[in-house]
Amino acid sequence: MGAFLLRRIALLVPVVIGITLAVFFLIRLIPGDPARTLLGIHATPELIAQVRHTLGLDRSVGIQYLIFMKSLVQGDLGHSYFFSSPVSSLVLARLPPTLFLLAYATALTVLIAFPAAILAALRPNSIWDQAVRIASIFGIGLPGYWLGVVLVYAFAIALPILPVAGYGENLGEHFTFLLLPALTIAVSLVPLVLRALRASVMETLRAGYVDTARAKGLAPRLVLRRHVVRNALMPAITVLALNIGYLIGGTVIIENVFAIPGLGSLMIISIGTRDYPTIQAITLVFAVLVVLINLATDLVYAALDPRLRAEIR
Amino acid sequence: MTAAAVPSGKRPRRRFFRRRPPRTLLIGGLMIVFWVVLAIFGPLIWNADPTALHLDASLLPPSLDHPFGTDNLGRDVLLRIIHGAAIDLQIGLFTVLPALTIGSIVGGLAGYYGSLADLAVMRLVDIVVAFPFFVLVIAIIAVLGPGLINMYIAVGLVGWVSYARVVRAEMMVAKQMDYTRAARVLGFSDARILIRHLLPNVIVQALIYSTSDFILGILLGSSLGFLGLGAQPPAPEWGVMIAEGYSFLARAPWISALPGLVIVALAAAFSLFGDGLADYLRPEIDN
Repeated sequence: MGAFLLRRIALLVPVVIGITLAVFFLIRLIPGDPARTLLGIHATPELIAQVRHTLGLDRSVGIQYLIFMKSLVQGDLGHSYFFSSPVSSLVLARLPPTLFLLAYATALTVLIAFPAAILAALRPNSIWDQAVRIASIFGIGLPGYWLGVVLVYAFAIALPILPVAGYGENLGEHFTFLLLPALTIAVSLVPLVLRALRASVMETLRAGYVDTARAKGLAPRLVLRRHVVRNALMPAITVLALNIGYLIGGTVIIENVFAIPGLGSLMIISIGTRDYPTIQAITLVFAVLVVLINLATDLVYAALDPRLRAEIR
Repeated sequence: MTAAAVPSGKRPRRRFFRRRPPRTLLIGGLMIVFWVVLAIFGPLIWNADPTALHLDASLLPPSLDHPFGTDNLGRDVLLRIIHGAAIDLQIGLFTVLPALTIGSIVGGLAGYYGSLADLAVMRLVDIVVAFPFFVLVIAIIAVLGPGLINMYIAVGLVGWVSYARVVRAEMMVAKQMDYTRAARVLGFSDARILIRHLLPNVIVQALIYSTSDFILGILLGSSLGFLGLGAQPPAPEWGVMIAEGYSFLARAPWISALPGLVIVALAAAFSLFGDGLADYLRPEIDN
């Protein structure tokens, strides 16, 4: 397991370097002189020269990148122009609500999509199967932010049982405050994963060990629980991991609909205030999050399935 | 050249469809025609100004005079939705076309020539797909500035990778096929082989993907409008309208609700069409 872990992490190095390169050059896309753009039109030439120097803009691009990497390794993500505090502390403070929302939405997605996929796969062409097919055709066009607005109207205004916006103060409140946002994300994610999940359950149903379990007279319910569900869960993890980018995109939008103090709402605020170091840092954090989640998926997979460990080694 | 393939002077009659098209393809196609006609002729027939203020008629609920009600500035919601159709269809088109074109060319060439060019392209693809799509798009918009044109640039810069991957994979298979070898033996140029022989074969998957991408493009564009990063008010873009209505949700829910329903209906048209197209072009896969 240790060797597998090392090998898997070594494969990530070029991707992570690529990510830092992309984030580094992102800021260089700003038309004109970044220092002038950052400081606004009223900046004095001396101030511009000074900022150019602190940003390292007066040196070659290669050196600039090395400076960027050096501070990155030291955990220094720069200084926010708008909040006048280090970006790293801003990001750290905003990370928990986003992670909570991501996990919550993933859990709800599994709770909705998995039973639906099993129902559809057990009885192909039944009314359930048709419903799943229709849901995955039409659900794809459901705008998540609009669904959020509709749910706010339904459950916070028309039938006021849930909070309209915010994150809450303690764990219990997090669960109630984030219920609507997480449900919104889950409902727009479900159509994307339903078909793949249905296919993976179908495949499991055709496996030899399922025939064996049935042949030895195991109750259908037990066959389903012990053999089908357990084995179909693994591809389900893959399907969810494949859509992690979509999931993160969804949280960025939904955090803004429900005014959740996470990274996504910070990103939109920072775009409004042209707070480039913060935008840069959040982009980087989200990309690293994707890399880490993919790594975690592989590790869970390897832990559950020894065949894979052997194959990769 | 083509005449040689049909020796007996009389050409076989070419039918528009080679097989019976699936019903979803026809229904989806008709729905798309409806939306396009609405986007082009709707504003010509009802040519009132969708941005003009009528403060004496603000927040009116749906009625015979205003079937979809009015917003906080007294603008007719149905009028704005009809005038917005052209914007949102344009968003779908211009988020897909650049990505499709760039991605197909880059992916096709990488797959055809292989070696270093392929390696470089695929490493670039790896980097772009490491980012969540939406996050990278809004990061680029943050740098370029909000607005439709910059949004198209940002989506093009990120979106080409999906097409490059699809077309490259198809190209790797197609370039090994007998018809490609035959064309090479006949001494045709690379350009001719690529355009006449390979392009029609490798582009199919990319086109199927583009119909679902069209929906994602409209959803992306309208959500950027909602966040204030895409189309700018007072443009009657549907995402912008949903955002404008959000502040008046308790008093006038129709302002936000109806443009969203329209997005769902438009997306359904392309979803049905894409589903049918996939069935039609590769009938062996789904069954």
